Amino acid sequence: MQDKSYVPFTEEMKKDYTILVPNMLPVHFKMLISLFRTHGYNVELLETKGPNIAETGLKYTHNDTCYPAILVVGQMMDALLSGKYDLDKTALIMVQTGGGCRASNYISLIRKALKKANLAHVPVISLNFSGLENHPGFKLSPQMLYSMIYAVLYGDLIMSLVNQVRPYEINKGSAETLADRWTEKLGFELATAKHIRYSDVKANYRRIIADFAAIPMVKTTKVKVGVVGEIFVKYSPLANNDLERFLIKEGAEPVVPGLVDFCLYVVYNNIIDYRLYGKGKKTYPVWKFAYWLLNKKRNDISELIDEEGTFEGWTSFDKVTTIANDVISNAVKMGEGWLLTSEMLELADSGCKNIVCTQPFGCLPNHICGKGMMKPLKELNPEINIVAIDYDAGASRVNQENRLKLMLASAKRNLEQKETSADSKNTVTV
Amino acid sequence: MAHYTLGIDIGSTTTKLVLMDGDSIVYRKYQRHLSRVRIATLEMLKEMQQQVQIDSLSVTISGSAGMGMAQAAGIDFIQEVYATSEVVSKLAPDTGVVIELGGEDAKVIFFNGGIDERMNGTCAGGTGAFIDQMAVLLDMSVDQMDKASLNATQIYPIASRCGVFAKTDIQPLLNQGASKADISASIFQAVVNQTITGLVQGRKIEGKVMFLGGPLFYCQGLRKRFYETLKLTEKTAVFPEYALYSVAMGAAMYARKSQQLSLDEYISRIENSAKTETVASDRLKPLFEHDGDYMDFIHRHDKANVPHIDINEYRGNAWLGVDCGSTTTKLVLISENKHILYSYYSSNKGNPVVVLLEQLKEIYNLCGDRIKICGSAVTGYGEELVKHAFHVDEGLVETIAHYTAAKHFQPDVDFILDIGGQDIKCFRIKNGAIDSIMLNEACSSGCGSFIETFAKAMGYNIADFAALGLKANAPVNLGSRCTVFMNSSVKQSQKEGASVEDISAGLSVSVVKNAIYKVIRATSPDELGKKIVVQGGTFYNNAVLRAFEKEIGADVIRPSIAGLMGAYGAALHAMKFKESSILKPRELIHFSHTSQTIRCKGCTNQCHLTINRFGDGKRFISGNQCEKGLGEQAAENLPNLHAWKRDYLENLVPKQDFRTKIGIPMALSTFELAPLWYTLFSELGFSVHFSKLSNRATYERGQFTIPSDTACYPAKIMHGHILQLIDDGITNIFYPGTTYNINENAGDNHYNCPVVAYYSELLRGNIEELKQVNFMYPYLDINSEKALARTITPCISRLDSSISKHQISQAVKKAFAAYEQYKAELRKEGERAIEYARSNGKRIMILAGRPYHIDPEIGHGIDKLATSLGFVVVSEDSMCHLAPVQYVNVLDQWTFHARLYRSARYAVEHDDTELVQLVSFGCGVDAITTDEVRSILENNNKYYTQIKIDEITNLGAVKIRLRSLLGALDERR
Repeated sequence: MQDKSYVPFTEEMKKDYTILVPNMLPVHFKMLISLFRTHGYNVELLETKGPNIAETGLKYTHNDTCYPAILVVGQMMDALLSGKYDLDKTALIMVQTGGGCRASNYISLIRKALKKANLAHVPVISLNFSGLENHPGFKLSPQMLYSMIYAVLYGDLIMSLVNQVRPYEINKGSAETLADRWTEKLGFELATAKHIRYSDVKANYRRIIADFAAIPMVKTTKVKVGVVGEIFVKYSPLANNDLERFLIKEGAEPVVPGLVDFCLYVVYNNIIDYRLYGKGKKTYPVWKFAYWLLNKKRNDISELIDEEGTFEGWTSFDKVTTIANDVISNAVKMGEGWLLTSEMLELADSGCKNIVCTQPFGCLPNHICGKGMMKPLKELNPEINIVAIDYDAGASRVNQENRLKLMLASAKRNLEQKETSADSKNTVTV
Repeated sequence: MAHYTLGIDIGSTTTKLVLMDGDSIVYRKYQRHLSRVRIATLEMLKEMQQQVQIDSLSVTISGSAGMGMAQAAGIDFIQEVYATSEVVSKLAPDTGVVIELGGEDAKVIFFNGGIDERMNGTCAGGTGAFIDQMAVLLDMSVDQMDKASLNATQIYPIASRCGVFAKTDIQPLLNQGASKADISASIFQAVVNQTITGLVQGRKIEGKVMFLGGPLFYCQGLRKRFYETLKLTEKTAVFPEYALYSVAMGAAMYARKSQQLSLDEYISRIENSAKTETVASDRLKPLFEHDGDYMDFIHRHDKANVPHIDINEYRGNAWLGVDCGSTTTKLVLISENKHILYSYYSSNKGNPVVVLLEQLKEIYNLCGDRIKICGSAVTGYGEELVKHAFHVDEGLVETIAHYTAAKHFQPDVDFILDIGGQDIKCFRIKNGAIDSIMLNEACSSGCGSFIETFAKAMGYNIADFAALGLKANAPVNLGSRCTVFMNSSVKQSQKEGASVEDISAGLSVSVVKNAIYKVIRATSPDELGKKIVVQGGTFYNNAVLRAFEKEIGADVIRPSIAGLMGAYGAALHAMKFKESSILKPRELIHFSHTSQTIRCKGCTNQCHLTINRFGDGKRFISGNQCEKGLGEQAAENLPNLHAWKRDYLENLVPKQDFRTKIGIPMALSTFELAPLWYTLFSELGFSVHFSKLSNRATYERGQFTIPSDTACYPAKIMHGHILQLIDDGITNIFYPGTTYNINENAGDNHYNCPVVAYYSELLRGNIEELKQVNFMYPYLDINSEKALARTITPCISRLDSSISKHQISQAVKKAFAAYEQYKAELRKEGERAIEYARSNGKRIMILAGRPYHIDPEIGHGIDKLATSLGFVVVSEDSMCHLAPVQYVNVLDQWTFHARLYRSARYAVEHDDTELVQLVSFGCGVDAITTDEVRSILENNNKYYTQIKIDEITNLGAVKIRLRSLLGALDERR
């Protein structure tokens, strides 16, 4: 049984405490930050980098713990020990899912690290939706929750468009500049709007899409590379050694499934839990509604992308939930579970056959849903070209990049073969 | 005019050049680069320039170490595996599979049905570097090892995952006198196994197999192992003449698309690239800021000294201490004043008995009639062998020997760190007794030999290399994980222009950090202690010593005999003897020693036994996991709950029934739920067949289908169980998905770990044969009769639609009753064992882990070892009900883990009970549980002993651990 004597974040603390947030998804998190700020929380996004983060993490956690935990703990401890913050006025925050993966223990690992550093008085807020902990000073109002959903959706849209523009833009950096501008604007809007009108949101979507479409691009044929995997390593440039940037530099177009997909996955698992085991009869309708709502909002974005026509939209999540049923059951719900397998297949089926499957070294769920599914996926879609990359405090970049280069070389060969065969077909018809 | 294309392949250890004119090779060269990547390449290019007249050419670079240089010099780069597949598909289009082993990489390419290229993951066991490391261990050159292996008569199982594990397997074989021929072949077999599990991952090897790369080019013995394992013939195995050059050739072919320039231009680009590359920002502070610091440091350490006296002058009594370590033998003879008369330190050259025989003769020679050896003691891996061979008076555990020696230098020492060539040992001392013991494990293997290997690779001897490190201005930061990772970090830093000095110092720092943060797991120096003694051969290296002092921010004592401490401690211990039984000079003349290996037929474990015979007719048998093979009756049959559970499960035999057979793999969660499934299906009229408990062959049967080589051994062994069932002709196989385990109301939730919960999905996807049978893996709720009946019904109806819902619910009811009965009996048996221990004054060991750790191949007979050491062994699930629910710092959400915490609580509350935790290598969740269990125990002044288990079969290291625990317990008493 977990010892529940954690330090709660009290209402008193809300007044003058700085809450430090570890970074995972730069675009999304920036909007969330500005949202929290206007609701009276003095949050600060940790954007620190460098090898000392992992090193500090290794110092304060068991070294066999997964890499994301080491980085999160490292980033937090590094900040606390930097002397930049008043340690009697600082709190930490971390998301907690309560799933069967050891990631549910990040909070405990952070607290253990704090204890080791004699900082046990620093409160760690658990951001969870399963009632794991209670922090009186940190309450999410329905309105905030609602705004948070939009932050995630906006973030996904921007991330998707940036990835579709950046490899082709004529003036380097224009996509990112535009993304920064929108992130700031939306963050402000979400934070200040008393009431969010969906028609305004949709208008924003349209404008965002149009703005990105207006960036001058040269449309050459590039290798598309899907990035999937353990959620932290997949998104965080700190953890994956700036994977997206590397792929672009190597002449590829990264395709990164959005955060809302992961949220939908979590919601969907609660529905499955009821259907399979009869768990949570009371909350079942709530989850069903949440699924419907998120799914609809996600579909709306995709439709608008398609409507504008420059970019590719997203495969509907309903399809994602069924696409891989032949190889993995939706009951597999620890870590990224069935979503990981489904995403790989969805990417391949929608034309992005090259995939980087990222995971922390020794990630348990990924033994099953990642590496364990490569053979069956290949049987379903023989052209799929997956490379599994392990990320780790000790793993060298050279090693990882060499493996990525191998995947890219095969990808380019496949692309060339396709083009030549397409050419020869053309000649025949002419 | 010729259009030359040049391919440069810079691998982890060698550089290869191939110059082509069209499709023909004009010039080629293969050379070790000793990590001086750029310089070596330039030398080779200039040499080529003198031999071939080249006006212009195009160049492409390949190889893991060439990536950075290519980028900085603006030369095209091609990934090496890609290069290989280009060459092979052009020159040998009928090839089915390519297997290429390099210095640090292993690659497999499949050509049939679309090219599929694979490289080893981050764990680089089983490559050229691994073979080199093993050759050093055997004190042979790779060439000698290769030749010897061809005369092998048998193969021992050796873990190839990592040097540490392999060494644990090999060292005892050496010490027990197994032949080097057999060991060499076994090492090659380990490489083959690693390649197959790591890279083939379930794909079939079909068609012609081509072998490439240095190790496969040079080692006939390695080829032979591949031949036999893959069942290849002359026709299907291809060893092309260009095996070493395939990557360079591929690069040369690819270079046709590259820029045409003069060779001088290319050379100057490479020369200039050094300037454009960014200097690594990740550097550390120098070891010494000023020369004065260095002098102080040297003076300070000169003080911890033991006087040596001339043996030729001495007259009187003397005592002998021997430390027969895993790689070296150390020997010390001391006088009445504890001064050193004679000392010896050398590699045991694979046979410590021979080394010791010579040394004893030498000592007797020197002693003459003046000196009398009054007592002798031996410690270390080879303790028992040496004790039996030479009739040494006493054998003692290493930990006690080291502590005795350290006390001599620092009477109130509270922390000892010993870094040897291959091992790190740390002990904390509290109240004059050893309080906790930590040893390095796989993935924390960076020790002395690691620095030495690097020194050699860079062309230095270790002493010079260490001296250079002291002068480093900016030591490189190399991290502290696996030594193989460190190899690539070194490569990277070299690419970034780090000097030898900086690398030497960086390596010392990383060894120190490995010891502090990974073996000791300290967060701050205060945790270590106030009076620290450091020892072991590695601390002769002043750079390591200094790095350690800097890292912990305090001065420590390094005795002048740092490398001899075990032997010195043994000698001090021997001083209690007045008359020694050690063989006398006369007896040494007739001394002889032969060894022979046989397979024990005592039980299914089939241990490899080594029978040592000595001239006096005495025998010493080793390699046994129990006493059975020794031909002696075990002194006492102590209760062993692991054995009891195995018996219980093995008694679940199929009943003759009217319905079809159901096969259930005896692996993972079946070890918990077998009685439940057995009764459920039996009641419905099926005959239930469990696969047999595992042995090594079980693992080997399934190893070709394992997709993730870093998964835990209990999961990997599951593949063999499934195949065994299919081999037995069973067509209905059942292993359910269980997200949730049984809820014992002792934790925050009751999950299974992801591997136990979902392994069936992986099995179905990766074992081809499963497609031919009915593999049932329904997701079940095992927490109520109703829920189980509901969730299992579809699966049973598909087997036989005539079975009614009522029948199912009746069967489920009985199944739960059977499970409850099993649990009740288990608990009763646990209580009985504890009672037995108490009434007979025995110590109790909770051998705690997961239910599947009782499998003989997974637990490796550690339970039997414990009973042979006098412990009554109970399992965590047989007694955790005796302790209250334990509160912990982490989310306690796995059923099996909650039992661990409660067991730890029980151990805390009972003086006669110790907990030893078994942890599977690669178990992610145990990174969390081990820390918790440790803190429950240590916060209450109990020892925490953790044993990491994987494929290793040898119990030598485990035995030292358990004996150290016993020794410490005795001292505390």
